[in-house]
Amino acid sequence: MNQTKQSWKLWASACAVAGVLMVGGCKNQGGTTGNSATGTDAKGEITLGLFTSMTGGTASFGKSTDSGIKMAIAEANAKGGVLGRQIRVQLEDNGGKPDQAVTAVQKLISSDNVVAVLGDVASSNSLAAAPICQSAKVPMLSPSSTNPKVTQVGDYIFRTCFIDPFQGTVCARFAQQTLKAKTAAVFIDNKSDYSRGLAKYFIEEFSKTGKIVATDYYSAGDNDFRAQLTNIKPKNPDVLFIPGYYTEVGAIALQARELKMNQPLLGGDGWDSPKLTEIGKDAVQGAYFSTHYSSESTDPRVKKFVADFKKQNNGETPDALCAIAYDAANLMLSAIKKAGVADADEASRKKIRDALAATKDFPGVTGNITLDKDRNAIKPAVMVQVKGSDFKYVTTVKP
Amino acid sequence: MKARRSRSGFVSFPAFMQIFQQLVNGLALGSIYALIALGYTMVYGVLRLINFAHGDVYMLGAYAGLFASGWFGVNHVLESGGAPSFYSVVLVFLAAMIICALVGVLIERFAYRPLRSSPRLAALITAIGISMLLEFGGQAIFSPDPRQFPTLVPRMSVIDTATFDVSLVQVIIIGVAFFLMISLQLIVSKTKIGRAMRAVAQDRTAASLMGINTDAIISFTFALGSALAAAGGVLSSIYTPKIDPLIGLMVGLKAFVAAVLGGIGSIPGAVLGGLLMGFAETATVAGGKSEYRDAIAFAILIGVLLLRPAGLLGKNTAEKV
Repeated sequence: MNQTKQSWKLWASACAVAGVLMVGGCKNQGGTTGNSATGTDAKGEITLGLFTSMTGGTASFGKSTDSGIKMAIAEANAKGGVLGRQIRVQLEDNGGKPDQAVTAVQKLISSDNVVAVLGDVASSNSLAAAPICQSAKVPMLSPSSTNPKVTQVGDYIFRTCFIDPFQGTVCARFAQQTLKAKTAAVFIDNKSDYSRGLAKYFIEEFSKTGKIVATDYYSAGDNDFRAQLTNIKPKNPDVLFIPGYYTEVGAIALQARELKMNQPLLGGDGWDSPKLTEIGKDAVQGAYFSTHYSSESTDPRVKKFVADFKKQNNGETPDALCAIAYDAANLMLSAIKKAGVADADEASRKKIRDALAATKDFPGVTGNITLDKDRNAIKPAVMVQVKGSDFKYVTTVKP
Repeated sequence: MKARRSRSGFVSFPAFMQIFQQLVNGLALGSIYALIALGYTMVYGVLRLINFAHGDVYMLGAYAGLFASGWFGVNHVLESGGAPSFYSVVLVFLAAMIICALVGVLIERFAYRPLRSSPRLAALITAIGISMLLEFGGQAIFSPDPRQFPTLVPRMSVIDTATFDVSLVQVIIIGVAFFLMISLQLIVSKTKIGRAMRAVAQDRTAASLMGINTDAIISFTFALGSALAAAGGVLSSIYTPKIDPLIGLMVGLKAFVAAVLGGIGSIPGAVLGGLLMGFAETATVAGGKSEYRDAIAFAILIGVLLLRPAGLLGKNTAEKV
């Protein structure tokens, strides 16, 4: 009697598990249209891939990037698309993790048959995905990965933003010239290629005439920075440079102020998120960071972009990552137009790659984009200051 | 951090204060690990089971505190610029502790009790399964994005000098944690139900022969341990306000190591182990090797198992077959 009762329970639970797996699996399929060998489906759409972090500690980057790209694609589609075909973006979330970025890109290339790939923001994710795109000969355009190693992976990898040697120099000079800092402490995210790279270039430039009194490390995902801050505090740096991402930076700022460290805080474009002031609250007020654009610019292109974005997104102001993603999407579309073909085959993708490589003075919202021989954009950086929940424009630094 | 020695050979005052500061940091961190380690040790004591889901109960405590703050109007008070009253903060703690106590009892009732007579491995695997269920279920329900925990305790200092700073939050963490630990010790050693717990831990069959309702005592043990983990979760979230559904993973593992270090099954051992883990982690980070802050916990685990598997305060008892 006991045995039949046990086997009944066994079958029931096996069916339950199978059922849950099937439902769960079906849910994840959402968004993929049928496979085809030409990167289009029956309606003749052009499919672009987007991999970014919609969840996790850098989620606001992904959301901004996605909304910028969505707006660019919607505008293009409203005007009839490109080469007479509508454009569709297949979005894959990588949760902010490099290994998931690899899976996302592999899926986009082999299963979704995208023509080209847009992404990512975080350099660690781009660095993980770039070799895949390079070996599959799929053009990859990163809107805002600033670590120089990303485009060094190969000639199919591009970016629409400046690189960290420039950004580090901008921050160092700002610290020395505007903040009049003679000494600095640097607090680096050891897990992020972006953070380590930006720190290196900042230190190189700052050390030319100033002194780095302390360097300490944390890991993305850490919650408690008091031990390292306690080490930095007695060295009394004139400025604390934190080249990390907004989630940790906010917490670091809070804990630094708690420990009565009151020197100015300085950072890079990893700070650019509405969540920075949510997390850092009073502690980040008055802090400075470098980024790609300011929504306060009086340039008519920027004003139109900001106005259009606000209309489509419930009055939300587009941040720098939105704007640069918008530019990246438009740049990709113009390259496709220039190439004259948009299929997911090698010949087509090579033409698009060549068109991208020849980009000169592309009129972007974040400035005129020209790609140099290393496929990096030569663009000015903007310094902003945190005031309230906004970032107020301070100055522009040209390369 | 290098202690600067003055010419007379003594450690300079600022360096000494820095060490003291790190000790306070370590004590606050260690108190939280101790609270969670107590849950591991008590459950092991009564069931000989490592409840791997315990770290995730800590995470649920943090989220329960987050939601309780909403229910009791604390968020409302904070948004309008005020500070929450002492009573509402106590209510948030109690709510989180009660919710997690219930969760602990439910987990025991539906996941572990049916496996009481099965090989120990089955319950262990189930514990890991429950842990994953809570983690990924948490991601599905609460969203994997980090969330901000409200500032239940105002950010001010109790001791405020140029070289040494003890924040109110740290004092409260250490105070509340020790209050709870002493309360637990009193419950276990001085009350009837505590005596029943000790009896069940010593010999479950004999205890039931003595008329003790072992099922009820085991449920009570889970409830107590989970309530402590919840308190740890709320305290930790006040200390570092970013919470997400995976915070229980690392903290749970470290608290488990703390329980093993102190001697699994020993309540004073869990406290000692927790504090030592807090000091070790802070010392590792303060020594400039912050990338090893998690690794040190596992190095300690390996060390304990190789050198003194019973733990610091544990008894080396052979299992009678």
